[in-house]
Amino acid sequence: MSETTKLNDSAKWIPTSSQTVGPYFRIGLQSLAHRMSELEAGPDAIEIRGKVFDSEGEPVPDAMVEFWGAAPTGAYSGVQPGANGFPAGFYRAPTGKDGEFSFSIGKPGPAPAGDGRIQAPHFLVLFFARGLLRNMLTRVYFEGEPANDLDPVLAVVPAERRHTLIARADKGTKIYNWNIVLQGKDETVFFDW
Amino acid sequence: MASSINTVSKPVAGTQPEFCFPPYVSSVSRSPREPLVVLPQTLTERTGPVFGHSILQPGDNDLTMQHRGEALGERIYVHGRIVDEDGRPVRGALVEVWQANACGRYRHKVDQHDAPLDPNFTGAGRVITDDEGRYFFKTIKPGPYPWGNHYNAWRPAHIHFSLFGAGILSRLVTQMYFPGDPLQPLDPIFNSVPDEAARQRMISHLDMNMAKPDYALAYEWDIVLRGHQDTPFEEARR
Repeated sequence: MSETTKLNDSAKWIPTSSQTVGPYFRIGLQSLAHRMSELEAGPDAIEIRGKVFDSEGEPVPDAMVEFWGAAPTGAYSGVQPGANGFPAGFYRAPTGKDGEFSFSIGKPGPAPAGDGRIQAPHFLVLFFARGLLRNMLTRVYFEGEPANDLDPVLAVVPAERRHTLIARADKGTKIYNWNIVLQGKDETVFFDW
Repeated sequence: MASSINTVSKPVAGTQPEFCFPPYVSSVSRSPREPLVVLPQTLTERTGPVFGHSILQPGDNDLTMQHRGEALGERIYVHGRIVDEDGRPVRGALVEVWQANACGRYRHKVDQHDAPLDPNFTGAGRVITDDEGRYFFKTIKPGPYPWGNHYNAWRPAHIHFSLFGAGILSRLVTQMYFPGDPLQPLDPIFNSVPDEAARQRMISHLDMNMAKPDYALAYEWDIVLRGHQDTPFEEARR
């Protein structure tokens, strides 16, 4: 097949353009928020707490944060639905009136990158809000994990910005704190894909 | 259904909006200013959540009959196929929709537009695609509505769509528009997509083959999700 033919063929299936979720997404997206696979409530459960801020440091009350990651075993168990229909390792958290979100979920184990390397425990995070024409992508890691130093994705993030991707532990608890800053000082690292 | 391993390539130039698009005013204070970091595609990116049919309730895909009476407005069917960048059907994909009522009013506390609410219309639906990647809804045609972006700003009629594809990077939230709507060229959200052909692909088309005589019109809208679905996950692990 010639190069030209390939291009023409792929041009038939150009991905549909993204548009904002707008201010009214709760109408359609709330019913699957705060729900999860029955597998999540185990001894490996942690709580993730955070707030979302805009360029002025104002909280963002009309955002939605989605988390995707491996199970505590390190397997991507959510590639099949659990018995209740919900995939493990996925959580949808709309923000509250002060831009806050919090939830409990199984802490992901170290997981294969797919190229022979191992990733530190993390979630991939999708961020949606009024004002964003496309969702943004980031990742959250956990303070105190030795594997963070070897993680293949953290390694491509400029060292001086890595702290924006690491949730801080409340000592002696299973609570991790992680804020999302959309713009300005300590702006969270967002990815291109 | 289990997820496939999915690999995405860079979007074709001009077919996706930029994060900051000043004519859409609220994009200015909410979009990043630091450079984006190119994301390596590990198994986290190449897999994604899969939802089972047990999350659906009967009637989830008929927005006209979710209350005691039938919703007011122009009854329509909305249907189409969801495929990946190779044209392969995306099977078992969760599709969630939400929309304004026929008068252009959302059932949401933030919507203060002085248009009537319809007690028989919530405006939310969900469905999971079949083995050919098809989805199907029954609803009413939403009305256009004013918003505060600029003086005399009105959104063209649209239905919001949220989709989960084969891997998490194929996740898409978008809006479906209707043919012949004169508000589209005036709308900064519609115009945020630079490429003219890509903008036009957000517009559904009237489908008289699916329309039901003396009952409902139909609109067809196909969706292409990012990514190339590879071998099923279970095989890839071996």
